[in-house]
Amino acid sequence: MAQLTYRESVSLAIAQAMRRDPKVFFIGEDVGAAGGVFKATVGLLDEFGKERVMDAPISEQAILGAAMGAAMTGLRPIAEIMFSDFLAVCWDIIANQIAKTRYMSDGQINIPLVIRTANGGGSKFGAQHSQSLENWSMMIPGLKVVAPSCSSDVLGLMDASVKDPDPVIFYEHKSLYASKEQLENTNLSIPLGQANILHEGADITIIGLALMAQRSKKAAQILKEKHNINAKVIDLRTLVPLDLQTIKRSIIETGLVITVEENPRLCGWGAEISSLITEHCFSNLKGPVTRVTTPHVPLPSADILEDNTIPSVDLIINEVIKKVKGE
Amino acid sequence: MEDKLNDDIGEAKRLQLWEMMLKLRLVEKKAYDLFLQNLIKGTSHLALGQEAIAGAFGVALQEGDYTFCTYRGHAHTLARGSSIEGVLGELMGRQCGLMKGKGGSMHLTDVEKGVMGSYAIIGAHLTIANGTALASKYNKTKEVSVCFFGDGTTNIGAFHEALNMAKIWDLPIVFVCENNLYMEYTAISEVTAVEHPAADRASAYSLDKIIVDGNDADEMYRTAQTAIKKARDGHGPSLIEAKTYRHSGHSRADPGKYRPDEEVKDWMENKDPIKNYRQKLLEFNIDEKTITGIESKIQQQVEEATNISKNSPIPDIKEIYTDVWADGGYKWHN
Ligand SMILES: Cc1ncc(C[n+]2csc(CCOP(=O)(O)OP(=O)(O)O)c2C)c(N)n1
Ligand SMILES: [Mg+2]
Repeated sequence: MAQLTYRESVSLAIAQAMRRDPKVFFIGEDVGAAGGVFKATVGLLDEFGKERVMDAPISEQAILGAAMGAAMTGLRPIAEIMFSDFLAVCWDIIANQIAKTRYMSDGQINIPLVIRTANGGGSKFGAQHSQSLENWSMMIPGLKVVAPSCSSDVLGLMDASVKDPDPVIFYEHKSLYASKEQLENTNLSIPLGQANILHEGADITIIGLALMAQRSKKAAQILKEKHNINAKVIDLRTLVPLDLQTIKRSIIETGLVITVEENPRLCGWGAEISSLITEHCFSNLKGPVTRVTTPHVPLPSADILEDNTIPSVDLIINEVIKKVKGE
Repeated sequence: MEDKLNDDIGEAKRLQLWEMMLKLRLVEKKAYDLFLQNLIKGTSHLALGQEAIAGAFGVALQEGDYTFCTYRGHAHTLARGSSIEGVLGELMGRQCGLMKGKGGSMHLTDVEKGVMGSYAIIGAHLTIANGTALASKYNKTKEVSVCFFGDGTTNIGAFHEALNMAKIWDLPIVFVCENNLYMEYTAISEVTAVEHPAADRASAYSLDKIIVDGNDADEMYRTAQTAIKKARDGHGPSLIEAKTYRHSGHSRADPGKYRPDEEVKDWMENKDPIKNYRQKLLEFNIDEKTITGIESKIQQQVEEATNISKNSPIPDIKEIYTDVWADGGYKWHN
């Protein structure tokens, strides 16, 4: 098998789900004929036709409402919201309707749908097209939150997300679309709630997600080569459900932990992880949890400004060195 | 039995409409009594005076069809055949309630009867109802989806998004605007750019302008049948504006003082759908004994259901932790 980009693995993952299950359909803006603004859905219309690949009007509420209603009858829609920032215009449908209907109906209604969306910075698109918004959905009971960091995870986690009986928000990172991975097999399935170890080490634990997981891995490689520090990098893959056991096991070993988030500081997912760590691993800690985040600002646009706002490999390296040296 | 009224509706259907409307009225009145006895907590939005709309659709729809309504949805839920104790029990927070107390008055849901939920965020359910309609089209099955909402709802974006989508995809759906002249406490005419909040918007979505007297059960039934048939035959969506009036305030807390006395009096005395329909049945020479027989039957059903609800246990507090996820639980980490 050849190298597969993250972008190609999105369309392949959707195609595999649609080939497997006639209940799966795909709906979004500019997703069919145009193949998506990030070209992550090229070829789907040709293979599955207009009945299963629906080009929708610019109506985010209507798109997610239709997906929800269809899911309530047992279909398994995949809906695209072009940029995660646009989740704000259909947040009622997500946070009030999709997330709560199962509970309010006393389990009469299941909503097995996937909302895919392009998330995160790195493209210099400015503050309304670059946000990292996993924490928005993480705080709502009833939503599962997935954020793959590589092609194989896109394939495996999409498979599990489409098969999952609950609603899943699937955050694809814009800066990873061009990344490549050599794959022997594309028929992958990765259970939701199973973190991945990207780098082994017993000196410190680095916890990341999506692009930040990949940057943490790179940082760990450099830390090992140049600084003789062995960091364990945990790619959470999913925030809900969360693989707390993998985090705990690593902290018992290292006693030191850094979370690396792409979102602004306040109420980022690292805060919740940090609170869980103090609750569950306090006696194993050799020092406080460090949270690396963007400063608490909207994301600026210019090259130098954006690059210095989002946590970089260098920043992660520096924070790890400080932490290990006990500074 | 031979049908004395040899017209398009006939005696049997009219008696069905009568029984239906009466049930909606008497249960709603009972809900009000139970409030006053403090057996129902929280808020509640009564549909007293609007029974002909939900009632006519309840009679016209088939098993398997989907309905979506609002927080003012006790009537719409009962109209699909949900049990009275299921509704009253839910309002009272009892185990016999449709959702065992987890949803409450504003979220009545009974999937088995096609009641796909009651929605309390204005406009949302129009978009969701498109989804069940889309599913029928996708699966090439014949269910019709019906979505009820108020006049105030025509001014939120979701209304417009939903109508456009329903039309471009020719979905088998009927949108029913119950124009009771007021949103919460403000007259709809004061905040709307057109005279008929739904019907005057229809042309923007290539839909017919349909306005109907929502307090005339026969007219409502005819309109419902036509729109449902159109959807079922694959000819796409309809938007109906049904003129009506609520007899009580917007919600439990609202005495409705913003409405002129004469207006309220006129609607209560001259345009009450139930009073007028009873008169109509008599004019059709339907035996008064039959009419009163139905009345006492429903009254008895409501009393029985009230007793069942009162005697039903309150939910176990363990219910708090159930059914967030399809596995039945609420855990979010391992
Ligand atoms: C998005 C949103 N905005 C405001 C409200 C508060 N609210 C509840 S009912 C209501 C009035 C709705 O009027 P209408 O659509 O005419 O329905 P009616 O209550 O008359 O049946 C309002 C403003 C809400 N529930 N949701
Ligand atoms: Mg109104």
